[in-house]
Amino acid sequence: MIMTKYIETPLNDRLSAKFDLAILRETDIPTQKIRKEAFAFFQKNGFPSIKHEEWRFTNMLPFLKDAYDLDVLEHNVSKEEFNRTAQLVSEHLSALNDSMKGTHKGAYRIVCINGKINEALSVLPAEEQLRVLSFPEAVEQPLFKKHFGKIAKHNGFSAVNTALFSEALMLQVPDNQVVDKPVHLVNVYLTETAIWLNTRHLVVLGKNAELDLIETILSDNTENALFVNSVTEIALDTQAHFNHYDIQTGRQNLRLVQHTEAHQERHSHYSNYTFTLPGADVVRNTLHLYMDKAEEECHLYGLYFTAGRQIVDNHTEVHHQFPNCESNQLYKGVLTDHSKAVFNGKIYVYEDAQKTNAFQQSNNILLSDKATVDAKPQLEIFADDVKASHGTTVGQLDKEALFYLRSRGISEDSARNMMVNAFAFDVTQKVKHEALRQYLENLIAEKLQALS
Amino acid sequence: MLSINNLHARVEEKEILKGLNLTVNPGEVHAIMGPNGAGKSSLASVLSGRPGYEVTGGTVTFDGKDLLALSPEDRAREGLFLAFQYPIEIPGVSNVSFLKTALNEIREYKGEAPLSAKEFMQRSRDMQKLVEFDAKLVNRSLNEGFSGGEKKRNEIFQLAMLEPKLGILDETDSGLDIDALRIVSRGVNKLRNKNNAFVLITHYQRLLEYIVPDFVHVLSDGKIVKTGGKELALELEEKGYDWLKEPVA
Repeated sequence: MIMTKYIETPLNDRLSAKFDLAILRETDIPTQKIRKEAFAFFQKNGFPSIKHEEWRFTNMLPFLKDAYDLDVLEHNVSKEEFNRTAQLVSEHLSALNDSMKGTHKGAYRIVCINGKINEALSVLPAEEQLRVLSFPEAVEQPLFKKHFGKIAKHNGFSAVNTALFSEALMLQVPDNQVVDKPVHLVNVYLTETAIWLNTRHLVVLGKNAELDLIETILSDNTENALFVNSVTEIALDTQAHFNHYDIQTGRQNLRLVQHTEAHQERHSHYSNYTFTLPGADVVRNTLHLYMDKAEEECHLYGLYFTAGRQIVDNHTEVHHQFPNCESNQLYKGVLTDHSKAVFNGKIYVYEDAQKTNAFQQSNNILLSDKATVDAKPQLEIFADDVKASHGTTVGQLDKEALFYLRSRGISEDSARNMMVNAFAFDVTQKVKHEALRQYLENLIAEKLQALS
Repeated sequence: MLSINNLHARVEEKEILKGLNLTVNPGEVHAIMGPNGAGKSSLASVLSGRPGYEVTGGTVTFDGKDLLALSPEDRAREGLFLAFQYPIEIPGVSNVSFLKTALNEIREYKGEAPLSAKEFMQRSRDMQKLVEFDAKLVNRSLNEGFSGGEKKRNEIFQLAMLEPKLGILDETDSGLDIDALRIVSRGVNKLRNKNNAFVLITHYQRLLEYIVPDFVHVLSDGKIVKTGGKELALELEEKGYDWLKEPVA
């Protein structure tokens, strides 16, 4: 009865038709093989339904019913689209800059329109620091061959991405290179009709390499359904440090399903900071970390602030396979209106992974009695010398504290904002870039203001 | 300044104030004493607008305004300050930004321009000195990890910063050692002037040795049953409260 875990929609047939086209266009034999395997998986399994354990709290079916345009053909940006994007990017940057107040020493910029890099709008670092390659030119790279399609495992969505993606971006930091400024990846989404995008990133850091990547979303102001089904694969070599910031904003009818998997080598550090704000209908982040050698660290920080009927689902898995690794997860949620959040965090400590430190915490505040949280921490430990903990809380703003602030002349709205910011502080303070932290705090304040 | 007339209030179904009368004029210090459960802290809660307290009768005017019609924040902006019996810890909210927000929201209400960062810092330094409050505590999260005494001293520091017309000190002496009690009292004495007033709610006479009141009231069973000068406090200390209870009719 395994099939009952999956859903069939008219979309499936259209995906099949598009897959045939994608295979015809694929000239790289290994990639063609990867696509075929992925699509075979999808054809067998389909999209996951709520009967699937990993998706039981988030029903994707309502978001799969639109007549998405699945165009996998390469599409050049028209002059009008270019101008619209330039305008959006300039507004976005000025919002970012306004919060920077001179503390900011700038960032490199990669602008992608519907997954495709636009060089004219991008400001790239020197090539010896960071190589930015789009998909067709990347296939000959040994590191592409080594990692592409090898890291992310399949579920219905990631398999569709692998089978059908038409644009991909590879970011590679060579050995011993420290990218001197953060790289701001602006994901611009433009629609003229309902569209489905399979965007794909491969990030490879060499030995001792360091990169700070800040991803933001710029969506147009239409109401067209937009399904962004993205996959990011990350490979960190020995002693590499990768700080990965993901700022998830958006608009109504945007659906975001994001699958991120990372493999780490010895002494490497991966930090992921995911901030999800009101906007998109549904956001599902699947984030899997594989600690493939001893003595590694990863830090996963999440803040979700949800509104309307939004659903935000964070699923994490951390695999401790070798000794002396440390993982640390802190996810905080502020939920308003009828919104819903899911946190499902799994920690696996394998038999050989002695001296593991694995921590996980998920705290949530409900600002509305219509909002819900499903939190499910899971620990599976097969080693005996391990420090591991997890905890989950769901509560409301402390009424006594609110009254205390108000009794000093502070309005109810300001008091609530102060307390929400204080609650989020554990996570926001982890953001190392002052300007980015300020930008996030402003975004949160703005969204809170919109509620009152 | 403050005029309480036949005030009745309840919390949930329990009647806690049963016809309380009190008048406070500028320049005066009033002490309200009484046995546990008499309604002392409830009076402070009702005056400051704490949620959950329901006024069922009577009036309270504060500088001519109907106090009970105002939100808690507007009561503060009009010049009422409650020093909490149990000040709240709010991790992540810095003492400084909290006070700055409070001060500027009060100033905005009064139609005054906000203080500049420099003016605020200057005022903060002056008041720290005046009420002997540790600068290190000012820069921490609001009351987080403060000792009981530090929390009470922070209440007095906030009072100094916000310069209310009427300060209500709810059992500020409870849990204080003698040194902290002296510091808190010195602070209040320095802040006393002919334009402001204080209401000290206390169970013990000890505080009144340091902050000498003009009037002492005894609150029992939701009403003020006796009013006198500062010597009444000593009498209460000696005899307890039982002698004041009216014989059952």
